[in-house]
Amino acid sequence: MRFICLGYADETIFKEIPEEKMKGFMEECFVYDDVLRRGGHFVGGEALQPASTAVTLRFREGKVDVTDGPYIETKEYLGGILFLEARDLNHAIALMSKHPGVRFGPFEIRPADVEINALVRERDERIRAERAGGKAKG
Amino acid sequence: MAEAMRHNRELVNDSREQAVRETVERIYREESRRIFATLIRLVGDFDLAEEAMHEAFAAAVERWPVDGIPEKPFAWLVSTGRFKAIDTIRRMARFESDPERVALATVPAKADETIDEEQFRDDQLRLIFTCCHPSLPATTRVAMTLREMCGLTTEEVARAFLTSPATIAQRIVRGKAKLRDERIAYQVPSRDELPTRLDSVLSVIYLVFNEGYSARSGDSVVRHDLSSEAIRLGRVLMDLLPDGEVAGLLALMLLHDSRRRARIDAAGDLVLLEDQERTLWDRPTIDEGLRLVERAFASGEVGAYTLQAAISGAHATARDVRDTDWGRIVALYDLLLRAEPSPVAELNRAVAIAMRDTPEAGLRLIDGILERGELASYHLAHAARADLLRRLGRSAAAKVAYEQALAMSTLEPERRYLEKRLRELG
Repeated sequence: MRFICLGYADETIFKEIPEEKMKGFMEECFVYDDVLRRGGHFVGGEALQPASTAVTLRFREGKVDVTDGPYIETKEYLGGILFLEARDLNHAIALMSKHPGVRFGPFEIRPADVEINALVRERDERIRAERAGGKAKG
Repeated sequence: MAEAMRHNRELVNDSREQAVRETVERIYREESRRIFATLIRLVGDFDLAEEAMHEAFAAAVERWPVDGIPEKPFAWLVSTGRFKAIDTIRRMARFESDPERVALATVPAKADETIDEEQFRDDQLRLIFTCCHPSLPATTRVAMTLREMCGLTTEEVARAFLTSPATIAQRIVRGKAKLRDERIAYQVPSRDELPTRLDSVLSVIYLVFNEGYSARSGDSVVRHDLSSEAIRLGRVLMDLLPDGEVAGLLALMLLHDSRRRARIDAAGDLVLLEDQERTLWDRPTIDEGLRLVERAFASGEVGAYTLQAAISGAHATARDVRDTDWGRIVALYDLLLRAEPSPVAELNRAVAIAMRDTPEAGLRLIDGILERGELASYHLAHAARADLLRRLGRSAAAKVAYEQALAMSTLEPERRYLEKRLRELG
């Protein structure tokens, strides 16, 4: 099963941690990511820049309104996303419980929506085929 | 020509890979729980063992097409799993503060686990006794047994129990944490502990069975599978620990299950034992159940499961209701009430008395039980009472009793049965 793990963290904490310690922490995260990779669990992931870099779009009174800053003001912000392949929810929990990142903020684990993803993939393949066909003709 | 040969070789490789893959899948289906049970002992942690087993099978898919299938696949998977777990601990050891974990990393992984069949068999018992440990809540025991011992996924367990995966996952996580925190040893209980600990295991298996059996309303195949899973587990336990009550429970489940096809009619409605088409009962399953009852009686220690199985067996050998040896059934209920007094067994005895003697005699007993208030909200007590009143021709009173039963019943097939009876009474 595919799971999406959302890693949250209090960004202000990071500013207080000495650079050396921070490097060690990052290294620990990377080493554990490798453990996940070796087990075939690490499907992909993205680290996010601080929430202060965010812009938020909202549909208001018939048009799109843009504000700077994150969607919700909280203490802990989404800092990274990890795509995880695991046998079931308990396996995913066991794998992510050992991730060093969990010590800095909560992980939210959500199963991927298989049905919607299948629809998305179908459209993806259709467009790819269209483009391949177009190229062949051109 | 060379091209064709290379193509051929690739085909051979592909089919070889396919064959190996199928072998690995078969071993996974048949052996993964045993491998897991052993790895928990070797690495000392459920989660670490699960991941180690997962990696060992992944390694088999990779290595076996190249190196060939090892002579002893089971031992290969166990030692590979152990090696993978130690490798993971070593990689993380420099960040690790838990001295126990660090110590584990220094244990050398042997190239090949020595095969000790006795030890491997004990590991399975260790696993089931740990999953059913009395310090865990009953719901956790069931969830852990199904996931860790039977290999169901969290999502499958959740579907079977009509709850969310998050709820089941939490139960299992907390259960494992409790085992860790309370340092509950991964071991087979000692001889003096065994009877009570075995009781806990048997009740978990029977609960799983009933969850599947009573919910057989056609709306959920997964729930039905729970009965088969419980029977499978009963067989595993019987093989590992051939105790009288283990045989009794397995017999009881088999005898109930033998009536699976006759219990529900084409419309999905419940058919009572007396109305069932007995040619639909599964003879080989009945025979196996009866042999196990005999074996349980022969063991000298006859417990509640064995007695219930013997009662079920008495029905299984009768051509119809009239042909049934109700005298023997009443006698077995008398023994059951002595072994394990319960108002439900008392209710069933009352129904048997009604069959052996007269409906009035049964009715008096049921009224007595209800007056004590014990089964006042148990729908089957009211349904049984209603059936006896109907047989006595007391339609008005029967109607009231059926209505009471209906108000308390939640299972759809049972409700339809009660509604049908009500309609018949007009």
